[in-house]
Parts: sequence; structure tokens; C-alpha cells
Amino acid sequence: MNAMSTPAIEILGLTKDFPVGFWRPRMRRSLDSLSFQVDEGEVFGFLGPNGAGKTTTMKLLMGLIFPTSGTARVRGRSIDDVEMHREIGYLPEQPYFYDYLTARELLDYYARFSNYSAAERRERVEKFLERVGLAAAGDVQLRKFSKGMLQRAGIAQAILHDPPVVILDEPMSGLDPVGRREVRDIILELKKQGRTVFFSTHILSDAEMLCDRVAVLAGGKLQGVGAPGAIVAIKAPAMEILFEAREGRALPAGLAERATRIGGRCRVEVPEEGLYAALEQLRGCEARILSVSPVHPTLEDYFFRLVGGTAVSRGLEEISR
Amino acid sequence: MSATVGPVAINTFREAVRDRVLYNLVLFALLMIGAAILVGEISIGIERLVIINLGLTAISVFGLVMAIFIGVGLVYKEIEKRTLYSLLAKPIRRWEFLVGKYAGLLLTLAVNTAFMTLGLAAALFYVGWRFERSDTSILVAIYFILLEFALVTALALFFSCFTTPMLSTLYTLGIYITGVFADDIRAVGDFTRNPAVLGVTRAIYYVVPNFHNFNAISMAAHGNAIPFTLFWQNTLYAALYVAVLLLAASAVFSRRNLK
Repeated sequence: MNAMSTPAIEILGLTKDFPVGFWRPRMRRSLDSLSFQVDEGEVFGFLGPNGAGKTTTMKLLMGLIFPTSGTARVRGRSIDDVEMHREIGYLPEQPYFYDYLTARELLDYYARFSNYSAAERRERVEKFLERVGLAAAGDVQLRKFSKGMLQRAGIAQAILHDPPVVILDEPMSGLDPVGRREVRDIILELKKQGRTVFFSTHILSDAEMLCDRVAVLAGGKLQGVGAPGAIVAIKAPAMEILFEAREGRALPAGLAERATRIGGRCRVEVPEEGLYAALEQLRGCEARILSVSPVHPTLEDYFFRLVGGTAVSRGLEEISR
Repeated sequence: MSATVGPVAINTFREAVRDRVLYNLVLFALLMIGAAILVGEISIGIERLVIINLGLTAISVFGLVMAIFIGVGLVYKEIEKRTLYSLLAKPIRRWEFLVGKYAGLLLTLAVNTAFMTLGLAAALFYVGWRFERSDTSILVAIYFILLEFALVTALALFFSCFTTPMLSTLYTLGIYITGVFADDIRAVGDFTRNPAVLGVTRAIYYVVPNFHNFNAISMAAHGNAIPFTLFWQNTLYAALYVAVLLLAASAVFSRRNLK
């Protein structure tokens, strides 16, 4: 197979059911026929609310759990192939490591699985401790690490062996703004090096900022895949009118209940096709139009629209992570 | 040792050392020296017998407690604390992880036993013991104790792959105690002459490892030579059981979803 045409990650109809209940266990579907692919060199965001199935998908890719049906490949290798793990770096959600080890010992331990010589291991461990800002804490036992420091140690172990594909489960979770910025920088640097980064998040601004493409998952089902811009363009465009109402003049019915007052100004959002009618109504009540601008839908809007949908909500109640 | 099993084994050993598991050696040394002094005071002519009996029994009990209590948490702790997730993301097979954990605990127990043997020797020297050829039976008895640890650790590891430490402890202890009395259980069956009871006791006798075979403490204390055939029989017996248990553990663990 030509390496250039092989997707970095290929997910083919992955489905996962978990038994729920002790005496009479029933199967609950956590992931439903998930299919998409991540191309080489992409930063790919995996979005969805808690319980959507993001972690389940990542665990399936890492072979930590086994699919009910479907399969996946990483750079053309089946997820059942242990050699596939040489091509992958993985940061679990809320990572926890051997707390009796120091950060230096932890990285050295993981480096041993990549067949490096002792000298190479030492060099790599120092380089990656430096890279994630833990050089000064290299000899501190992990039990004394803060959550943010553990996250950094986790990222270091994930990229220690220069994997072409990096899978990060909620890498920004629990980090302060500085920590998030550092993780963002690492992801961008990995992209610059030509690596594929597949990460899950529910911090949508991070996804918008970093990702070439995103996939949105809710209730175990794929809701959409595409560039962040293309995904949000699914939403029907709306227009925002900012105006000052004339004193003593009531707003026309239909607008009054939709307008929100911000200081002395009012803001109303109308569908694009209803813009001129709304402006006519405002002119009729002598309102002063301050601005008219299109509403740029964000991933957040898309996300909340999805999660707010009754079908999805019902699904979320049913499906446990 | 393979490139993946070795690091896991060494890390398991390091965990035991850092968790101060080997501190029990200090307790053992104090116990042995105290016992030697006490026995020296109250027994005439049988100090050696009492100290060897006491020492080997203590080595066995201390080691068994360690094998069971660390063994039952070997896999469970890694899953509960999720340390296993980042490890299994590396190119390591699940059975290699299991064998590594097993080898690491066995290494811990072997080091522990070596130090306790030194403690026992120190106590014997205190009461004027000089090493004679017949005393090799003490070393063989210690080797049998190590075989016992290997078996108990494999049992604990097996249960640790699919149940909680509490239940694993109960199961392992239950099988160990049954195994110690395996001969008696069979004798009860023979005595009743009831076909159903006989069937059950025979099944228990053949399935559960016979731990009684590994007890050579009395022979060593009395300076009796341990037959060479018993040495090989016990070695093969333990190796076979350990292999079966590790295979079973791998089969269970390789299919387990790590939720």
C-alpha cells in the first residue's frame, strides 16, 4: 500500500456495547457504527459532550477495549497488531502514573519499550522533560506532582518515541490557561513536524484554533466531520441588529420579545430572510439602527444545537460511557 | 528475559522496594535474633532444631503473606489507577505485561527470602552452629518454600486478572489452605466410601495444587536428607502449575475490556 495514500487513522464501523446491570445485564450501545478517517499530518479534533463516546473510541483504537463490531487501522495496520503501537503516542484522559517513580524514571521506563540504547534513552528523556517544562522537576516523585504537571509528563511519554500519530484524550483538561497554551503549542509543533494529532476535547475554542478538521460525536453517533468552518456552516445564517429604541416608543410585537437590552442599546437576532421586514418595523418605531451584521456561528453553537436536540439528549440518557 | 517483560519486572520490584515492603526484613531479623537469644536460654541441646523450625516457618509465612497481598493487587491496582492505559499503549502484549508483573513479584520474594535466610543463618551462628553437609537440606527446604511462593503468586495473579483484591485474597487463601490439607481431604473421601464424596474429594485432590509436598521444614530441622527425586518432582510440579495458571491468566486478561 502506498504510504502517502494511507490514512493516519481509519475507523470502519466501530460499534461498542457494554453490559449494564449485575443480575440481568443488558447491553447498552456506547458507540454506534462510527466511521471516519484522519489524514496524515492533520490536527483532528474529536468533539462531543461527556458520555458521547470519545474516550471509548480512543480506547478502542489503543486496544484497551475490544469492539463489538467494526474495526480500525492506524497507518494501514490493524489495531490488533501490537506493532501498530510503535506508530502511536497516547495520552489517556486524566492520566495517572506510577507515583513512586520520578518523572525522569517514568520516561526512562517507557523509553525501554522502544528499543533505545541507554545513551539514547538518557538523551531523549532529558530532551522531552525540557520540552514539556519539567526539566527542573525531573527528580521529583510523581506523587508530588500537580494535575498540570502530570498532564505534561503524560504528553512527554506520549511523544517520547517520535510517533507519527499522536492520540490525546482531553489533553487540556484540568490545565490552567498557561498550561493550555503550552499544550496548544506542543500540538502545533507536532503538526509542524508533519505528525498527525487526533485529540478529543470539549473546549471548543481550542478545537477551532488548532484543528484542520473536526468530528462531532453525540450519543455514540457521528454527527458531522469536516473543517471547523464547514461544520458550522451547516447552521442557517442569521443577522444581528443593534439599535437604540426611541424613548416613549414601544417596540413592535414580534421584535419586543426577542430583543435583549444591553445598557441603553438593544440587540435582536433575526433570520437572514426576515432582515428587511425587521428593519422596516424598527424604522416605523423610530429606532436608531447602530449596526447590522451577520451572526458567525461557532462550533459552540453547533455543539449546543446538537446536544440540545431531544433525540440526542434521549440518546445520552440511554448510553453510558 | 524479553525486551518488554524485563522492564515491567524491574518496575514491579522497584515498586515493592519503594513501598517499603522489604521493611518486613528488619522485623524478621529482630524476630530471629530475639528468638535465638530466648531459645538459647530455655532449651538445652535442641536450639538448632527449634531455630530452624521457627526460622523456616517464619520465612514461609512472611513470604506467603507478601505473595498473596501483593499478588492480588498486581493487575487490579494497575487497572484501578489507570497506570496500565499508558503502558499498554506501548508495543507490549498483555501476556508480556502479566509475565513481567509475575517475574517482578517473584524477584521481590526471592530477594526477601535471601535476606531472611541470612537472618536465619545469623541466628544459628549465634547459638554456635557450624555448617555441615546435612545442612544442605535447609537450603532445599528454602528452595521448596520459593516454589510454593511461585505457585501462590501465580494463583493470586490469576484471580487478580478478573476480580477484586478482597475476593482474590479469599480465593487464593482458600486454595492454599485446601492444598495444604489435600492429602487429608483425599483420606476423608476414602474413609467415607460414599461415591459422591469420594468423587468430590478426589477432584479437589487432583485439581488443587498439593502444597503439602513443598513442606520440608521438619526434615531440614532434623537434619534429614531430602530425596533428590522430591527435588525434581516438586520443581516440575510447580513449573507445570505455574505455566497453566499464567496461560489461564493471559487468556482471561487478553480478552478483558479495561473500562
